[in-house]
Amino acid sequence: MFRRLPDAPPATATILVDGRAVRAVPGESVAAALLANGIVACRTTPVSGAARGPYCLMGVCFECLATIDGEPNRQTCLVLVRDGLRIETQSGARGLGP
Amino acid sequence: MSPERRYDALVVGAGPAGLAAATTLARAGRSVAVFDEQPTPGGQVHRAVAAVPESRRALLGPDYARGREAVEAFLASGAHHIGQASVWSAAPGRVGVTVGGVAHLVEGDAVVLATGAYERPFPIPGWTLPGVLSGGGAQTLLKASGLVPEGRTVIAGSGPLVWLLAWQYLRCGLTVDAILDSTPAGNRWRAAPHLAGFLASPYPVKGLELLRAVRRSVRVVRGVSALEAVGEDRVSALRYRVGAGAWVEMGVDTLLLHQGVVPAIELAASAGIRQRWDRDQLCWHPEVDAMGRTPLAGLYLAGDGTGIAGAEAAALSGELAAHAILGTSEGGRVSGLLAQRARWLRGRRFLDLLYQPAPAFRVPAGETLACRCEEVTARALGEAAALGVPGPNQLKAFLRCGMGPCQGRLCGLTVTEALAHHSGRTPAQVGRYRARVPVKPLPLAALAAMPATDDERRAVER
Repeated sequence: MFRRLPDAPPATATILVDGRAVRAVPGESVAAALLANGIVACRTTPVSGAARGPYCLMGVCFECLATIDGEPNRQTCLVLVRDGLRIETQSGARGLGP
Repeated sequence: MSPERRYDALVVGAGPAGLAAATTLARAGRSVAVFDEQPTPGGQVHRAVAAVPESRRALLGPDYARGREAVEAFLASGAHHIGQASVWSAAPGRVGVTVGGVAHLVEGDAVVLATGAYERPFPIPGWTLPGVLSGGGAQTLLKASGLVPEGRTVIAGSGPLVWLLAWQYLRCGLTVDAILDSTPAGNRWRAAPHLAGFLASPYPVKGLELLRAVRRSVRVVRGVSALEAVGEDRVSALRYRVGAGAWVEMGVDTLLLHQGVVPAIELAASAGIRQRWDRDQLCWHPEVDAMGRTPLAGLYLAGDGTGIAGAEAAALSGELAAHAILGTSEGGRVSGLLAQRARWLRGRRFLDLLYQPAPAFRVPAGETLACRCEEVTARALGEAAALGVPGPNQLKAFLRCGMGPCQGRLCGLTVTEALAHHSGRTPAQVGRYRARVPVKPLPLAALAAMPATDDERRAVER
């Protein structure tokens, strides 16, 4: 679990995580927003189905992948929060798309 | 911001080295573009430094706050900052980069790679569990977002960042439940001969007071020889032992792992720069001279991507690379920069040996995952090594290790050192994963959206 320091800007944005509305700070990374809302796992792996969540927070490890606005395998630590962003946690390997 | 088609100089990375190179070049009248993955300049060490509230800069300490000056000088220099950019290829004269979902091939007479460092892999049982983060990752959350762990928090590993992070957390009013120090006791004796160089360098003033402050307030367990994270869908406990002692279990909500940083060499290696195994830093160093020149004309390297020396030395090397590009005559400013950088490098040897991680935390055993992406265990690496696999690139064909989205960044050093260990060879003999373009995933849609001139389109259209 993570909490925000008192000097953090107000969480004025609303993002949808698996359809649930949560508050986030505009401009922070989606990974940070997930962790601030108690969401430590964002996907299960394609190989064994194990739960994974953000690890390096700097674009190196590719553990924080999620579907953002319909596009799968986005690195949530590199995508910035804006109001209305839709995030879906991923289950296993991605499909072939529509 | 989309890049132009060409600049005088292209810089990859907006950390201390990249900013110093770009600022120097721009002040000399060159057109410069700096590509960086993050939205604001500063790199990982000074992440978001000009964007965060003053209160946070104060909490994080003077070494962090100092980064603001370099960022402001850069922003005033006239160099173009292109943030949220993913660079996937570099070569003399050209950089391949994706910005806003569109791929670009940008041309530049000089290319400076200032790709910095990332954390050394820390393969222990359970290190993939949610709630286990890297120490640097946790520090990034603190710097960029003002996020701190809530609940029982343990920092484990070795290296300056372990202590810096604990110190920063204490200043934020946080309780750190324990530091599990995995630095081998014998390191002190191996580092001791280099103490004089360390004391003569600017490093000691940074570290000693901080170490004392942390030791006063946090329970420090020294000599940790084994460590495991335990949990189902997230970490709930950890187990450790000191020396050959009994296993100790403790409940934990967040476990932060760190055992040093290593150069991000992928872009340089993919461009064809040879890499040499460094026996002190236990990682690859690209072939580069003190001015940042490489065997490839027009391609320069600067900063921690050439070997770990810290933010101050990185900035000096960035400025030196700029002078190499500008053709500044040796002597005067240049020899001053070289001398300053040499002082930092002299002090480094002591730190490298003092905090060198233990073999047990670099070469995992049993069911521990070596490759997180493809979930390849340490046991599988050992079995493949016993079949006589010559090197990491052949191992990919056997096990798929290093073939996931991180492209071997989280397992490359582990695989090299494990193969060396199992086959009785040196890491230099075993070699490393070949780095190939694109060194970051590049969506086909981004490639398809690449801007093209009418001539280019006519050349391929029927």
